[in-house]
Amino acid sequence: MHEQVRLGKLCLIDGSVYHGRLYGGERQAVGEVVFTTGMSGYQETLTDPSFCSQIVVMTYPLVGNYGINPMFDQGRRSYFAGYVIGDLCDCPSNWRCESTLEAFLKEQELPCLTGVDTRSITRKIRSHGVLKGVIVAEETSDEEVQALLASPDVHDQIAQVTTPNIYTLGHRSKKYHVAVLDLGIKQNILNFLQLFDCHLTVFPAFTSAEEILRYDPDGIFLSNGPGDPKDVPEVIENIKKLMGQRPIFGICMGHQLLALANGADTYKMKFGHRGINQPVKDLRQNKIYISSQNHGFAVDEKSLAGKGITVTHISMNDGTVEGLEYRDHPSFAVQYHPEACPGPGGHEYLFQHFIDLMEGRHHA
Amino acid sequence: MPKLKDVKKVLVIGSGPIIIGQAAEFDYAGSQACRALKEEGLEVVLVNSNPATIMTDVHIADRVYVEPISVEFLENIIKKERPDSLLATLGGQVGLNMAMELEEKGILSEYHVRLLGTQIAAIRRGEDRELFKETMEKIHQPIPESTIVETVMAACSFARQIGYPLIVRPAYTLGGTGGGIANDEDELVDIVQKGLGYSPIGQCLIERSIAGWKEIEYEVIRDANDNCITVCSMENVDPVGVHTGDSIVVAPVQTLNDKEVQLMRQVSIDIVRALGVVGGCNVQLALDPYSENYYVIEVNPRVSRSSALASKATGYPIAKVTAKIAVGYTLDEIENAVTKKTKACFEPTIDYIVLKFPRWPFDKFVTADRTLGTQMKATGEVMAIERSFEASMLKAIRSLEIGLTHIQMPELTKLSDAEVKERIALIDDQRIFAVAEGLRRGMTIDEINAVTKIDKWFLSKIQNIVKMEKTLATHPLTPSLLKRAKRLGFADSVIGGIVGKTAMEIRSERKAAGIIPTYKMVDTCAAEFEAATPYYYSCYEEEDEVEVTPHKKAVVLGSGPIRIGQGVEFDYCSVHCVWALKELGYETIIINNNPETVSTDFDISDKLYFEPLTTEDVLNVIDKERPEGVIVQFGGQTAINLAGPLAAAGVNILGSSVDSIDRAEDRERFDELLSECGIPRPKGHTVFDTEGALAAAHDVGYPVMVRPSYVLGGRAMEIVYNDEELKHYMSSAVKASHEHPVLVDHYILGTEVEVDAICDGKEVLLPGIMQHVERTGVHSGDSIAVYPPLSLSEAVIKTIIKYTNQMALGLEVKGMINIQYIVRDENVYVIEVNPRSSRTVPYLSKVTGVSMVDVATMCAMGRSLREQGYKPGLRMFPDYYAVKAPVFSFNKMSNVDITLGPEMKSTGEVMACDYQFSRALYKACIASGINVPHEGAILITVADMDKEEAVEIARGFEELGYVVTATGGTAKYLEEHGIHVVRATKVSEGSPNIIDDIKAGRISMVINTTNHGRDAERDGFKIRRSTVEHAIPCLTSMDTARELQRVMTAMRRRRVVSVMALQDLTYDD
Repeated sequence: MHEQVRLGKLCLIDGSVYHGRLYGGERQAVGEVVFTTGMSGYQETLTDPSFCSQIVVMTYPLVGNYGINPMFDQGRRSYFAGYVIGDLCDCPSNWRCESTLEAFLKEQELPCLTGVDTRSITRKIRSHGVLKGVIVAEETSDEEVQALLASPDVHDQIAQVTTPNIYTLGHRSKKYHVAVLDLGIKQNILNFLQLFDCHLTVFPAFTSAEEILRYDPDGIFLSNGPGDPKDVPEVIENIKKLMGQRPIFGICMGHQLLALANGADTYKMKFGHRGINQPVKDLRQNKIYISSQNHGFAVDEKSLAGKGITVTHISMNDGTVEGLEYRDHPSFAVQYHPEACPGPGGHEYLFQHFIDLMEGRHHA
Repeated sequence: MPKLKDVKKVLVIGSGPIIIGQAAEFDYAGSQACRALKEEGLEVVLVNSNPATIMTDVHIADRVYVEPISVEFLENIIKKERPDSLLATLGGQVGLNMAMELEEKGILSEYHVRLLGTQIAAIRRGEDRELFKETMEKIHQPIPESTIVETVMAACSFARQIGYPLIVRPAYTLGGTGGGIANDEDELVDIVQKGLGYSPIGQCLIERSIAGWKEIEYEVIRDANDNCITVCSMENVDPVGVHTGDSIVVAPVQTLNDKEVQLMRQVSIDIVRALGVVGGCNVQLALDPYSENYYVIEVNPRVSRSSALASKATGYPIAKVTAKIAVGYTLDEIENAVTKKTKACFEPTIDYIVLKFPRWPFDKFVTADRTLGTQMKATGEVMAIERSFEASMLKAIRSLEIGLTHIQMPELTKLSDAEVKERIALIDDQRIFAVAEGLRRGMTIDEINAVTKIDKWFLSKIQNIVKMEKTLATHPLTPSLLKRAKRLGFADSVIGGIVGKTAMEIRSERKAAGIIPTYKMVDTCAAEFEAATPYYYSCYEEEDEVEVTPHKKAVVLGSGPIRIGQGVEFDYCSVHCVWALKELGYETIIINNNPETVSTDFDISDKLYFEPLTTEDVLNVIDKERPEGVIVQFGGQTAINLAGPLAAAGVNILGSSVDSIDRAEDRERFDELLSECGIPRPKGHTVFDTEGALAAAHDVGYPVMVRPSYVLGGRAMEIVYNDEELKHYMSSAVKASHEHPVLVDHYILGTEVEVDAICDGKEVLLPGIMQHVERTGVHSGDSIAVYPPLSLSEAVIKTIIKYTNQMALGLEVKGMINIQYIVRDENVYVIEVNPRSSRTVPYLSKVTGVSMVDVATMCAMGRSLREQGYKPGLRMFPDYYAVKAPVFSFNKMSNVDITLGPEMKSTGEVMACDYQFSRALYKACIASGINVPHEGAILITVADMDKEEAVEIARGFEELGYVVTATGGTAKYLEEHGIHVVRATKVSEGSPNIIDDIKAGRISMVINTTNHGRDAERDGFKIRRSTVEHAIPCLTSMDTARELQRVMTAMRRRRVVSVMALQDLTYDD
């Protein structure tokens, strides 16, 4: 059964208010309001560090159906600022269910607004673009709401989510040694790399290039992560020093940073791509892949000219850049999430390509 | 890749008549595909024997052949039309089977016809059990341990290795015909024996039963470039063990975590790739509820019922995309027709929950076995869209039109707790209601889950509904509580019933409190992109997305789920009505809930509301849209029944008024009209109890026709011959009362004639008159109808025209009217009048050249017949005959008597046209699946009253070289009249008897009528059922038998196969 009903509201910066019931954390939530369209995988989404400091709206109205199991966590915890859903399931059913979503929200102290017209919010974001918003208790005054909405935007999300220390994963007997730059990495990327016969050294986001190279990895992986890539110029500088030294594979934030390091530009999208049904075309194979995506920024295709960069993947929905290959050094990256979790698989070939590049270096 | 360059003319095979397991979904898929092909500038040649479809409309394809779907006929059509390619994956199992046969017989290569889309090898890998098993083994996909048997002995020996329970599936049959679950050797022997008979190749698959596992389905589309996407995931509320066509299904899957969802998705894609399907494909999987173990259950390498559901559930047009892929496009080249911005190569995501509920024919087949298993029994289905499972479920139940407005069945409330428990354990059509009843009685979710294996998630949602009932019963109805109840999907009438108010009172309270539904769009993408298609569902949320226009608009009510008595023909009518209204410049709005149909395709009407057809749900849409009015005359009895309540609520009924409808349906008022006009009808009375019925019968004289008033498809209609039968009828078949009177009419034996006419309020157009082959007493829907009439005198025709004019004008009909007459001794009697479109309208429209629904719609909207260029009166008869024949699904329904009578039993129909009547009838018989034997033994066993007629028929068959065989009385009578009879043994005389003869294949056709009384134990019943089970024709009307015998004589030395396209028919004005 649900705890005692607390009434709450989501107030957007354009003045619109959505009334509902509050669960989970009792703190106030302030953040950029985004929506994601996946119908399954709420736990993976909740724990994906790339959503750091955002208020996330689930377009699928029934959330929590199969409960919670720690095996699905993608990060150390949820970094959401707030959560907005249609209906919070109080009767989860699945053999892997160990806890309820409601208990998870409580434990994560994550404020969650339910019983609202999530489709209406989604339509608003679709037409206006992402909006800043707050989730507060119903009785919160307008002044307080305005003050919260006026609070400065955060720019240190990567610092919030990256690992504080260097650590290793996998036995050293594995064939390849990959240096992972943790910008907010999802657990399943770490799992994938290990499945491809790699042992990993995971570095905090702001580790210097020299430090990383001192570990003599076979390849460098640039992870996904939250926020605006231009918030971390020091990371971009480090990547510049790593380019050409080792094969580099980037995903999502890693893809954007690698592009910036190569002189390309990124921009903020109207409302981004968040969902697990996003079609991407691999231009070299002329094949469509359905992908999991979560990004609010994209690499500007126009900025690529003359920089030795080839577009390898595009979004079939809006034609935006989804993958790049670098002609001057053995680096490539994708904007989407080949590791899935949540979402569809079928992208193993990208990890294999990274392995092949490292293998090439072995033989070189 | 561009469109295939060498494709210019495509042959499309439809699925034929509606039968259980193959319904309106293929009209939807086929029509969509034909339109998609025409869009590409291709010439389309269509073959489909079903006249009741939109697909067989002359403007859907360039050449429409309403001909039997058999290799012989297809070859002739190919020879005549010389198409360069064939599209067979949109015509259901029939289409696939035809493609395989055409290929095997070398016809495709002989005429250089290229198969588009999924190729033969891929079809075989999906359809042939052994090849499928091999393919799955190759890609390491688990399928339940199984074996293919061709003998009962092999099945038993497999069972000894594996153990029970086992599932038996006959190869190449529709909807799992003849399959079942065997729990022991006796059951196994029985099922396998029948299954081998049903399978056209004499094979059965025997496999380990995984009953109780979660049943998951994926709709997958693959293009020739190996791009592969899943359109929709579906989870069956009923676990594995119930045919998916008989299961309550939700989309998307609800109880699977993302890991499981992705596992099931990837498996589906891997399978479709391994099979090599090009186009749409359905994959069914079983997932262990307690692990990630799974099995592949089945694959349909074609568009299917599930793909129609997936299309309507998501807005993604699978059939259209499949057709485009077939002509060479890849997914990234095809537009997403819903958003018009994105491409077809994406996976729809939805922000609501869809629930499909099957519609079963047990209200008609009261003696049928209601249990559900691997044999599909539903004739149709409804779909509901809402934001919660609870509301979707309740909407679906309201849509079913089974007299329920809630997940509560009055019969069950009377049962003891122990009985309710028994009903929960019984897997039948009422189980979900028993589950709700159990929860209402305090049974726990765990208890019910243990018995039913229905996932606890679904059970707890049903419990939420039960809890709300209790809250409503114990708390004051505040606006906030009312809103919560509406959000859970409770109907006004249900809330009213609990709190002691009428539905209309709740409605006003609700509206006063501002609690009105909001309409949301089905857009394939959960609002991520703007959608261009106005396809809506209601829910009680905050924001409404409908843009109400200032245009003049009209609402067309659809006909709900396909059921016996109300089939795809009414969907045809609704669609035509929409087209006509558009032509008149109206914005058109359809309300309907059947996911299988053309009318619920998003680009038919200007706006589509996917809603239950109840007063409340329809009024809500009307409140929103404020149309000029509502058209009810094309949506069958469903829409007609809503006319009164809607009018009472102040809604304008366009066309014939509610008063006209009432005057036709109210017996006394109708009698007044008839006596004013001097039109005779069989004498009859309205009665309210058994005594009244007996008095009435004595007054009018036996035999009498008895039926409840306000019937649909002759429900519970019977001919009774004496007091005893009448008493039995009154006590068991109907529940007579003052609200539900029973009609007792004298039964006149004669020729039945049917007229569909159009009236503009001043003049009447009779496009045609149809004569039935079977005499009165056989329901018109089950009769063979012939146009133009065969044997009516000029005087009778004149009388019919006169009466039709009088009644249409007398009832002030504006639009359609359907009248059934009896002709006896040159006298014409009226037996039934319906001021609405009827079952025969599509058939008659196609063969008279008058698009009747369009003309009638224009009349309803005030445009006269003359303004439309039609001369009133009866149109000239053509130089050809068009025969409509009924099609039955008896092989799907055990324990149902197949004897034709006043109660309708057919599920579909076929039509055939020819310049010679005999050939038209013969083709209709072939098309309807009557396996007319050319030699062998004909068993004749008829009632005493039919013996005289039997002589002539028997002699006719004898002269044709058939052996006449008969039992007891019939044999004696025939011998006395000089016919050589091979004596057979009655069932009661021990064995081997006639049943054994039928089983052994010694009988090739049966003519059987029985003495009156409906005792299922009788020999006749057993004989008739065994003919069904062994797929030999059984004629239960002497008229059908006589006509068939005449036809066999006429066709003996003639070419049977002769084909003509509807476009070649010529009509006179």
